[in-house]
Amino acid sequence: MAIKRGVSLYSYQNETFQGKMDLEDCIRTSAELGANGIEIIGEQTFWGWPEVGVEDEAIENWHSLIQKYDCTPVSHDFMLDYKRYKGRMMPHDEQVASVKRDIDFGARLGMKFIRALVSIDPQVLVDAAPYAEEKDIKILVEVHAPLHFDHPWIVRHAEAYEKSGSDALGFLPDMGMFLHAFPPVWKEKFLRMGVRQDIADYIEKAYEDRVLSEYVILNVREMGGEGPAIGMAETMRHNAAFEPKRMLDYMPRIHNIHGKFYQMNEDYVEPSIPYDEIVSVLKQGGYDGYICSEYEGNRWVEDAMEPDSVEQVRRQQVMLARLLGETETPALKTAA
Amino acid sequence: MMDNKMIVEGSLENYEDGCAVKGVKFLGRLPYYRGLGLSMVEDIQVAIDGQQVPREDVRFQVRGKTYTLDEMETVYDDRWNFGEKATIIALKDGGFGEGTHTVEFGVRMRVSYLPFVPTTKDTKELALAA
Repeated sequence: MAIKRGVSLYSYQNETFQGKMDLEDCIRTSAELGANGIEIIGEQTFWGWPEVGVEDEAIENWHSLIQKYDCTPVSHDFMLDYKRYKGRMMPHDEQVASVKRDIDFGARLGMKFIRALVSIDPQVLVDAAPYAEEKDIKILVEVHAPLHFDHPWIVRHAEAYEKSGSDALGFLPDMGMFLHAFPPVWKEKFLRMGVRQDIADYIEKAYEDRVLSEYVILNVREMGGEGPAIGMAETMRHNAAFEPKRMLDYMPRIHNIHGKFYQMNEDYVEPSIPYDEIVSVLKQGGYDGYICSEYEGNRWVEDAMEPDSVEQVRRQQVMLARLLGETETPALKTAA
Repeated sequence: MMDNKMIVEGSLENYEDGCAVKGVKFLGRLPYYRGLGLSMVEDIQVAIDGQQVPREDVRFQVRGKTYTLDEMETVYDDRWNFGEKATIIALKDGGFGEGTHTVEFGVRMRVSYLPFVPTTKDTKELALAA
């Protein structure tokens, strides 16, 4: 049993949005890099899901591509739009029924997991769990910054899962919650938006010094910062350097990992997320699932340059292969 | 995200009903990493040459179906898919004139998991196709 590499096709969104890569390009590229686990956001990859539905032909195409490139379906990330109706929340039973449809969709795609967003009421997932068990699918709530494993909301989810006695409920941690440094691509974007250099430098340093976000926001205001400068300081409300070792208490319920990254430099280092420490913790905890690349730097650079998602994913896969002790260096066989 | 890709380059045309010009149309994409059910598209804002088009004069068209923005609020069986080019129609009798126009296009979305209601905008200079 070993940690395996995968890709969330979310990573290629800039290319797929514009029709520059299709599903086969995404799967082939990932497979060439040895990242055989494929995760999708159902409604990004399959037009029509969930409101209109998806034809069997599209599902057959998915399975034939998975087979052609010797890949493994890992997770269908679902959304559950409980605010579908203007001015009123979707009722509980309807939410549960909606999750069941996503369980069915995950099963059609051969997925082992479906990803739930963190804002979903734990009871909705608990009530859908027996159906998930029937379909041999686990529902994993994504633990994503600003939430983290010691947050009362996550503790509440964990308690509800334990009480349910179901092993079809678990967690999918997003590595963005371990943001140990202010990402350089964020700082550069805020500078392009007109944030003063001294303010940007201050925020970066305050992040490094682990200063509480509210103090930083006030200080930036007092430095004369407004608009984007406040926006830059406010990113500290939504991000923090939580500790990877906090995952250890939850290992039995952690079944998939989002390998979030904002930028991979040419030396194969993610400057803001400590992957060496993360992989070491996962090994210590006996994790044997996938780490799926999740490139999210696209939205931070797209105003200045065309993102190169494939190159970014390649670099992260090289980093992961090294950290996992693989002897071969992942490489693309064809020009992307 | 995708802000600068919302308006499709080169897509501005006159909108004609019979042989009369009734406004302009262009192709627009949802600035989001997934699609969205139409009931969650809260608003589509269009301005041509700095002139705001009234909400009731905006039409949204995908795969042959045309909706007013008010109609969209209760459409639960259709979507604006990821990357899908929808036709955005701004009605005005006689149109907006020949030549190049500044097109502003904003979309406000109701996203269940976000603790805010995002509005994303794109502005482009587009030449009206002859």
